[in-house]
Amino acid sequence: MGAAVLLVLFFTGLWAAIGIGGSIITPRGPQQKLTQCILMLTAGCCWLFWLCCYMAQMNPLIGPRLSKKVIQVMAQSWNMPITDG
Amino acid sequence: MGDMFRSEKMALCQLYIQPEAAYASIAELGESGCVQFRDLNDQINSFQRKYVNEVRRCDEMERRVRYIENQLRKDEIKMPELDPDQEPSAPNPREIIDLEAQLEKTENELREMSANGASLHANFRHMQELKSVLENTEGFFSDQEVINLDSNRQTEGDDPTAVQAGAQRGQLAFVAGVIKLERFFSFERMLWRISRGNIFLRRNDISGLCEDEETGRQVLKTVFVAFFQGEQLKQRVKKVCTGYHADVYPCPSSAVERADMIRDVNTRLEDLKMVLNQSADHRNRVLSSAAKHLARWTIMVKKMKAIYHILNYFNPDVTGKCLIGEGWVPVRDLPTVQQALSRGSKLSESSIPAFMNVISTNEQPPTFTRTNKFTSGFQNLIDSYGMASYREVNPALYTCITFPFLFAVMFGDMGHALILVAFASWLIIKERQLASIKEEIFNIFFGGRYIILLMGLFSLYTGLIYNDVFSKSMNIFGSGWQNQYNTSTVTDENIEYLTMRPNISNFKTYPLGMDPVWQLADNKIIFLNTFKMKLSIVFGVLHMIFGVCMSVVNFIHYKKYASIFLEFLPQILFLLLLFGYMVFMMFYKWIVYNDSSLDQSLSPGCAPSILILFINMMLFGNQEPLEGCKEYMFEGQELLQTIFVVVAIICIPWMLLGKPLYIKAKRPKNLPAPNQTVVAPAGGHGHGGDDEPMSEIFIQQAIHTIEYVLSTISHTASYLRLWALSLAHAQLSEVLWNMIFSMGFIFDSYIGCIVIFLTFGAWSGLTVGILVLIEGLSAFLHTLRLHWVEFMSKFYEGAGYAFAPFSFKQILEDEGEG
Repeated sequence: MGAAVLLVLFFTGLWAAIGIGGSIITPRGPQQKLTQCILMLTAGCCWLFWLCCYMAQMNPLIGPRLSKKVIQVMAQSWNMPITDG
Repeated sequence: MGDMFRSEKMALCQLYIQPEAAYASIAELGESGCVQFRDLNDQINSFQRKYVNEVRRCDEMERRVRYIENQLRKDEIKMPELDPDQEPSAPNPREIIDLEAQLEKTENELREMSANGASLHANFRHMQELKSVLENTEGFFSDQEVINLDSNRQTEGDDPTAVQAGAQRGQLAFVAGVIKLERFFSFERMLWRISRGNIFLRRNDISGLCEDEETGRQVLKTVFVAFFQGEQLKQRVKKVCTGYHADVYPCPSSAVERADMIRDVNTRLEDLKMVLNQSADHRNRVLSSAAKHLARWTIMVKKMKAIYHILNYFNPDVTGKCLIGEGWVPVRDLPTVQQALSRGSKLSESSIPAFMNVISTNEQPPTFTRTNKFTSGFQNLIDSYGMASYREVNPALYTCITFPFLFAVMFGDMGHALILVAFASWLIIKERQLASIKEEIFNIFFGGRYIILLMGLFSLYTGLIYNDVFSKSMNIFGSGWQNQYNTSTVTDENIEYLTMRPNISNFKTYPLGMDPVWQLADNKIIFLNTFKMKLSIVFGVLHMIFGVCMSVVNFIHYKKYASIFLEFLPQILFLLLLFGYMVFMMFYKWIVYNDSSLDQSLSPGCAPSILILFINMMLFGNQEPLEGCKEYMFEGQELLQTIFVVVAIICIPWMLLGKPLYIKAKRPKNLPAPNQTVVAPAGGHGHGGDDEPMSEIFIQQAIHTIEYVLSTISHTASYLRLWALSLAHAQLSEVLWNMIFSMGFIFDSYIGCIVIFLTFGAWSGLTVGILVLIEGLSAFLHTLRLHWVEFMSKFYEGAGYAFAPFSFKQILEDEGEG
C-alpha cells in the first residue's frame, strides 16, 4: 500500500550504481565507449521496467478474485490463517 | 568518438606501384584486407586488359584443380582439412611455374589412366561374357539332334562341293552371343519374323548381374544361341544382333575346342585382373599424393586469380614505368597500407618503393563500421534494412541493448529464458568447433549466438519481474495480499469466488515484480492488461523520443543547424506535448488514485480512463463524470491540455513550411534556369540540392510532415504489440501447463509415474517447439520491425553503400559458401 520509499531508493541506487558507476570504472580500451553505452542502457531500461511494475501495484484499483479452494490453500501454505467467525 | 557511434572516416588514395613490384604489393594488400580498389579501366573490354593472359593461365589452372577434385570425389578419397595457420600465401612467379607444371602433369596422368582404365575394363567385360557364353552353351551342343545337324562339324572346306552339298542339304549354322534379358523377348520375336519361323533359339540366363557397357549399371543378361540355315539368314541374324546391341562371340561347337577356349579365356582373365588391380593401385597413389597438396593448390590459385583481377584495375601511367591505382581506405588503416606496400616492394626487390597519396574528393565514400564478433550480429540486423550513409549516426550501438530488451518484454518467462541462455551458451562455448559447419539454417542461429544470449539474459530479468516461470509464479518475498474474509464466508456453499478489496487485503507492495497472488486469480488478465499496456506505451514513447533526438546528432554532424530549429524542434514538441503528456497521465494515475484514500474522487470507482481523457483532449470534448467524481485528474488540467494541443497544432505548419521557406530564402534570386525539371530522387530523401525546383521541395516536405504526424499515432499504437505478444506467450504457457502437464497429476503411484513421464514429454516438446522456437522467432521479428520502422524512420537515412575491401579471407570464405 503506497510506495515504500526505502525500496524505491534501493533499486534506484542499485541501477544507478550499475549504470553510472559501472561506466566510470570500465577500463580504457577499444571497447570502452561500447561497454559504457551498454551498461547505461541496460541500467536505464531495467530500472524503468521495475519502476513501472512497482508503481502499477503500489495503489491497486482492483483486487484478485480467488476461488474458495485457492484461498484455503493460500491460508495453509503461505501461512496466512483465516480469521475465525 | 567510440567505434560504433558512426561509421569510420574513409580516404581515397592513389597508389603508385612499379610493375615488377605490383604482384607482390597487391598480394600483401590482399592479406591485410584494407583497401577497396576502384576499377579505373571499366570502359575497357575484359579481353583487352593488360593482364588478360595471366588471368587465362589462372583459369586453366583452376580448371585443372577442379578436374583433380572431381576425380578425388569419384574415388571417394578424402582431402585433409587445412588449418587456418597453414594457409599458403599467394605464390611468387617461380612458384607459379612450378605449380603450373605440377598441375599439368597430374591432370595428364589422370586422363591417361582413365582412358586406359576404360579400355581395360571393356576388354575384361568381353572376356567375361565370352566365358559365360562358352560355359552356358554346354547344354545346347550336347543334344544329339543338334550335333547331327551341325554344319560346322564338317571337314574344314577341303571339299567345296561337299560344303555346297551340305548347305543344300540343310546344315545348321549358329550364332552365339549375349543380350540384355529385357531385350531378349522382342529380339526373339524379331528373329522369328525375319526368318519366317525358320530359326531355333535357345537361351540360358547368366546368374548374377553383369555390367552394361552403355550405362555402367548392373543388369541381367542372357546367353543365346540361334540355329538357322543358309548364308543370307546368317547375315540377317547378324544385323538384328547389331541392332539389339547383342554381343556376338565366336563359339566352337566341339566340346574339346570349347574346353581349350575356356582355359585360354580363364588365363587371360587372370592376367587382366592383375593388370586392372595394378592400374587401380597406381591411380590411387597418384590421387592420394595429389590430395595432400590439393587444398593448398586451390587456395594459391584463387589468390593468384584475385591478384591479377585487381591488377587489371590499375592504369599504366604515361611513361609506362609505373602502375596507378585508386582505392578507398579507412583513415585508421592508412599506416597498415603503407607497411603492406613497403613489404611488397622489399619482397620483389624493386629499386623504387611504392607510395600512396591521399586525394580529396566529393564522391560519397563507402560506409565501414569496425565490428567484433559480438557487435557484428547487431550491425548485420541494421544493415539488412539499409546501409548507413557515410558518417551517419549508427543505430547498431543502441540496438545491442534495446533489441534484446524489447524482445524480452514480449517473451518474459524465466523457464523459457533459461532454455535460450543454455542454447546460446553452448553455441558460444563451442564456437571454434561449430564454426566449420556449413549447413545454412544452423549458420543463421550460429551467427546470432550473442544476440540469442542477450535475449535470454534479458528475458530472465523480465520473467523475474512478470513473475512467470513456465506459467507459475515464485513467492520469494511473501505476497502482499491477505484474505480478510472469515471462516464462515470462506466455507459457505453458495459462494464460489471471493474478490479481495485492496484497501483491506493489500498490506504491502511486492518489492520485486508482480505479486504471486495474481497467478492464482481469476481476473489476472484484467490487472496484467492495464499494467502491460501502460508499460508498452511508456517504452514506446521513450524509444521514439530517443529516435527523434538521434536526428539532432546527424544535423550537427552534417552542419545543418537550421534543421534543428525547423525540423527537430516541432517534431519533438509534437511528440512530447501529446504522447509524453499521455505517459505523464499514466504515472499520475498510478500515484494518485488509491482505494484507501478518503477523497471519493480519488477512489478506484472514479479513476478516469487515460484513453478517453486523451481522445477528449484531442477533440476538445467533454465527458460527464460519474456521481461524486471529477472529470479531470488535477486542477488546471483542462487549460494545460488546451495549451498543449494548440502548440502541437502550431507545430504542424512549422514542420510543413519551415524548411522549404528557409531554403527559398537562402537561394540566390538569379538562379539560372529554375524551370529545369530535375527528376526527384526516388528515395524521397533528397536534401534539396541547389538545382531542385521549389515545388519538389514543398511536396517532399509535405510528405515528410504528414508521414511524421500520422506516424506519431500509429507507431505509438504499434508499440502495443509488446503487450499483445506478452499476453499471448503467457496464455499459451498456461494452456500447455493446465491442459497437458497437469493431466499427469491426476493419477497416483505407478500409473501416475508413467502418465507424468508421457505428459512431460509432450509438454516439454511443445514448450520448446511452440513457445521457445515459434514464439521466439515471432517476437524476434516484431522487435526487428519495431526497430526498423518505429525507431529508425525518425532519423535514419540509409543511403550508403558497403565497404567491400580486397581481402583474401573474404574471397576464400565466399568461395567456400558458394
